[in-house]
Amino acid sequence: MNPFIKIVTQPDNIAIVIMIFMVTFFMAWAFLQAFRNDKLKASGQPVDGELDQDVDTYKPLVRIEMIIALVVVVALTVWSILVDAPLEEIANPTITPNPAKAPWYFLGLQELLVYFDPWLAGVVLPTLIIVGLIAIPYIDINPKGNGYYTFAERKYAILTFSFGFFILWLLLIVIGVFFRGPGWLWYWPWQEWDSHRVVFEPSRDLSAMVGVDSRSPGGFIIGAVVVLGYYLIGMLAPYRYWKKKAPEFLERMGMTRYIVTIFLFVTMMSIPIKMVLRLVFLVKYIWITPWFNV
Amino acid sequence: MSELFNKVKQNLIWKSVFRRDYRNTVRDRAAAIFGNVFLHLHPVKVRESAVKLRYTWGMGGITFFAFIILTITGIVLMFYYHPTVSQAYEDMKDFEFQVPYGVITRNLHRWAAHFMVIVVMIHMFRVFMTGSYKAPRQFNWGIGVILLLLTLLLSFTGYLLPWDQLGYWAITVGTNMGAASPLVGYQGPFSEYLHITPYNDIRFALLGGATVGGNALLRSYIWHCVAIPLISIILMAVHFWRVRKDGGISKPQSN
Repeated sequence: MNPFIKIVTQPDNIAIVIMIFMVTFFMAWAFLQAFRNDKLKASGQPVDGELDQDVDTYKPLVRIEMIIALVVVVALTVWSILVDAPLEEIANPTITPNPAKAPWYFLGLQELLVYFDPWLAGVVLPTLIIVGLIAIPYIDINPKGNGYYTFAERKYAILTFSFGFFILWLLLIVIGVFFRGPGWLWYWPWQEWDSHRVVFEPSRDLSAMVGVDSRSPGGFIIGAVVVLGYYLIGMLAPYRYWKKKAPEFLERMGMTRYIVTIFLFVTMMSIPIKMVLRLVFLVKYIWITPWFNV
Repeated sequence: MSELFNKVKQNLIWKSVFRRDYRNTVRDRAAAIFGNVFLHLHPVKVRESAVKLRYTWGMGGITFFAFIILTITGIVLMFYYHPTVSQAYEDMKDFEFQVPYGVITRNLHRWAAHFMVIVVMIHMFRVFMTGSYKAPRQFNWGIGVILLLLTLLLSFTGYLLPWDQLGYWAITVGTNMGAASPLVGYQGPFSEYLHITPYNDIRFALLGGATVGGNALLRSYIWHCVAIPLISIILMAVHFWRVRKDGGISKPQSN
């Protein structure tokens, strides 16, 4: 069988195919409504829902809940009739499957293991995702766009969230599910999985690019300067920019909120930066210390 | 026919169950909500936006409904399952081959679980896109994030229970991440200063051992069937209550 069809029709992976369709559909629906509302706002008309009145819960809401519940039950039943849940061989600690994959919703994090050590990819970054998500309402001080779809009034918030959600979370999951085979090597959909395949992937540490051994004191200093410098510049440059262009915005934000926001943003952007460093410049570590590697 | 129906409605038992007649008046439409223990989760009147599919997509409600389906099918599964290394896998086979509707019950449980993870993520996306986390709903967004995390953990702890290769190695890969935790994982940065070994680190606490074994199976089982559902139900109660207290489904502020 075609390897692509084989992997897409694996029982657990059908859920990811369904997810791709659902997410695409709702993303399109959200942005269409956002652009429609933006047009209405621009022409001075009320946005969708602004003129809404209260209605009885019984029956309009109860009715629609009932219908949705029925649709969900029917859909899940059909799904359960057509596809059987997988049950593999009995657990055997002596036989490691290759690749050994985490449940699909954690595959984005597993994919990050290519670029970061486990303490970052598996512990620190997931913790920051949760903390960052909870922090969103407290760091987004834009009062507009509360209660209706809009893009124009919240461009930066929506672009940042969409980048994190669609690219860093969902796209990495899809890559982990469909494009990673034995040895966590990249397989195109038309390639047969081969557990004996060996790929010679040369890699070096960042300081080696300027000819300094990354494990020497010089390499340590270069790594520290790059990592700490990245955070320092990443956090100071926007401050300088806004101080000049929009001091009242900084004023409204306050120092604590600014630091938290920019720290989270700079950390998030370090993920694609490290990916580019790894994939394009073959850099493994930026900073090697006796305790941890970045 | 209608005479018979009227007679039934006059019956003592009928009246004791339904308390009052429904006449489609404003009063009765309200009573249909607050007179019903399940429906009175809702207010008597809601904003039109709460009824519009294009606004909410019904995603929060669908998540809750998936949770109910999972509870029901999960209870059925529990009747046939022993969380022990020697029996867990055999029980799964038995459930598929010996129990009537066993296959479809297990299928429903697994697909509803995947479905719930997908739907809860889309719910979060909807709430973000409508800016519904903004004042006065900041706190409820945080509760929602924790509920999202609990949904993932529910699914994750359930993965091990069939005791097959898929679950065993997925849990092995997943919990190995715990070993890399800074300070509290034996492979993590700085842990040597706290004298952390494979036998006293966070991974050991999660698994009840240094490898995935019988203790890990029992722990997953209890987290999956008792502890996390309990925490989730409490947080769901807070989540739904706050939706109402914060003014129902969000809508544009009219100037």
